[in-house]
Amino acid sequence: MAELRMREALRDAMAEEMRADESVFVIGEDVAVFQGAFKVTEGLLDEFGERRVRDTPISENTIVGIGVGAAMNGLRPVVELMTVNFSLLALDQIVNHAAAIPYMFNGQARVPMVIRMPGGGGHQLGPTHSHSFEALFLQVPGLLVACPSTPADGKALLKAAIRDPNPVVFIEHESLYGTRGEVPEGDGEPLRFGEAAVRREGSDVTIVGVLKMAQVAEKAAEQLASDHGVAAEVIDPRTLRPLDLDTILASVRKTNRAVIVEEGWPHGGVGANLATLITEQAFDYLDAPVQRVTGADVHMPYSKRLEQAAIPHEEHVVSAALATLQGAP
Amino acid sequence: MAELPDAATCYTLLARMALIRRFEEEAGRQYQRAKAGGFLHLGIGEEATIVGTASVMREEDFLIGTYRTHGHAIARGTEPKRVMAELFGKVDGTSGGRGGSMHIFDAEKRFMGGYGIVGGNLPIAAGLALGSQYKGEDAVTVCMFGDGASNTGNFGETMNLAALWKLPVFFLVENNLYGMGTAVERHSAQTDLSKKAEGYGISGTRVDGMDVLAVREGVAEGLRLAREEQRPTLLEAFTYRYRGHSAADPEVYREREEVEEWQGKDPIETFARRCFDAGVLGEREVQQVRDEAEATVKAAVEFAEASPEPPLATMYESLYARTEAEGWYAVDERSPEPHRGEREDEIPAAAHELAEAGAAYAEEPTGERPNPATHGDAQEGTEPRVDAAYEGGGEPEEVRAEGED
Repeated sequence: MAELRMREALRDAMAEEMRADESVFVIGEDVAVFQGAFKVTEGLLDEFGERRVRDTPISENTIVGIGVGAAMNGLRPVVELMTVNFSLLALDQIVNHAAAIPYMFNGQARVPMVIRMPGGGGHQLGPTHSHSFEALFLQVPGLLVACPSTPADGKALLKAAIRDPNPVVFIEHESLYGTRGEVPEGDGEPLRFGEAAVRREGSDVTIVGVLKMAQVAEKAAEQLASDHGVAAEVIDPRTLRPLDLDTILASVRKTNRAVIVEEGWPHGGVGANLATLITEQAFDYLDAPVQRVTGADVHMPYSKRLEQAAIPHEEHVVSAALATLQGAP
Repeated sequence: MAELPDAATCYTLLARMALIRRFEEEAGRQYQRAKAGGFLHLGIGEEATIVGTASVMREEDFLIGTYRTHGHAIARGTEPKRVMAELFGKVDGTSGGRGGSMHIFDAEKRFMGGYGIVGGNLPIAAGLALGSQYKGEDAVTVCMFGDGASNTGNFGETMNLAALWKLPVFFLVENNLYGMGTAVERHSAQTDLSKKAEGYGISGTRVDGMDVLAVREGVAEGLRLAREEQRPTLLEAFTYRYRGHSAADPEVYREREEVEEWQGKDPIETFARRCFDAGVLGEREVQQVRDEAEATVKAAVEFAEASPEPPLATMYESLYARTEAEGWYAVDERSPEPHRGEREDEIPAAAHELAEAGAAYAEEPTGERPNPATHGDAQEGTEPRVDAAYEGGGEPEEVRAEGED
């Protein structure tokens, strides 16, 4: 075990997989000489050289498309899109090509690639640079979607993503790059997609937190325990496709209440989807309507006060959890 | 003018072009019979560009194209019956009935697809080439696209990267003078498309796309430059589609005389005459080419007719390469009863019944195909009809709403 920052854990994942498999390579804007806009690819160029760590022009759709073609020709590209926001310029290659090709060509071609992209708000970057698109990519059949919240998960999931034969959208959070945590060296405990983590056990209400909101949910659970005597169970799904619905449902059947926390927009969000699944599968166990906590339904404002008001915090989660408990004995 | 190759090569070139012509004519007919669905983009008139290109490629080379690629797959060696079965949406189709006319694919023949998004194949071509370069392999990727695609962002992005990284890729723009219904001079400020990538470091040349031998020369040089000198180049082939953009095209944007003028330069007739005049092929061989094409296409239709529909239970197959990962990959929301995700590989009884009920809407069509371009627009009494003359064979189809006549 070593204590690493998220960015270091992600870098180690790429470096270890590149050492183990010659077909793994990294491409993206400023990933090589600049070492990554968020320094996630630091040191990779030195170790692996220009053939395997490639700076690209600012051509998002073509960067992803080159990854698709290289993957179809037997390589395992790790494509970095500088931020989630720029993935909008690559949606055609992600949706119409990476995700569709295995199905529309009936399994004759596979697209084993990872598309890494950091996003999220909180840095006063305004409407075009603060997006959370977990729900957008979750909607697309054919993609796997990962959203790690701890350095250990970041490393283990990125290694699993690189080895996976499917196209993976790997969503990171800009605010989490500096967070520290214990990370196993080398392969460590294997982590598979579709395995949620129960971050805290509790019997009163289930709180599902996505990406950075998994950490916000944990803080809210502490507050619920200390200030309100409420025992919240906190679940971090870690991957949205495949989704470990079993763990979430087992928890809801125990607590009879659910709160879903995400940073993205409310309409058609991760929470909207999950709330439906919970209602369909565990309706008889619910003692209160499923609550959602989401980012505000606006384009992220620049003003620090407005921006912070638009992002979910512990207080929102506590309030939603208490709402599910209203009238409870 | 390029020299005639040996008799065997001439025969193969003529046979391939005639086969593609006959296949496309029949595909059009089957579309009118509503055996093939969706959109249908035929390559009739463009055979010399297609066959000339494929005929100088090596087996290990990749070919990637557009939504008008029935002929490209056949030129690479894909069995016509499997292409026809794909048009019919049948299980023996090149994509098992999941892709359709616009998404033909044959990994074994290194035909890397048919793509429905204009320009979508360009970055993928660069990626295929990067893969070959990375692995130290000799293969060149041939990327074919239409004049319309030269206006997409992907064109500029891909040309730049291909030149920057010296990728073993060769670009061929099949300039058939129209991006759907918009003429080149109305859609591109630079009408010499061979010059369009020069600013990105990709030089270009032009070739008569109706002359199979000229195409062969141009492509062979492009392949050589890509393979031996790591120099991606662009070849503009002038060609022409006799039929509309798709089968739903009323062709209001061009004159009949223009079509006839190009038909006068027909790639198959011209080449057959040249081979005949030079004494390389006799009347018997030319007739044999026609007969073989006729027989192959007839067999293809029979094969496609007989091929089964894809079973409903295979709906989710190939969506994901399955690994040991647990969890819900896909959600089947067609049944009111609680049900599992795709990982269970089973459809609950109620969902299966509902799927059957849905599939029943795909019952055998009867009568003439409505025009998909006006689908939903037609008022009672103005239902678009197919010009009966088409069934007589050979003539371009005309699909017009009655009100326009």
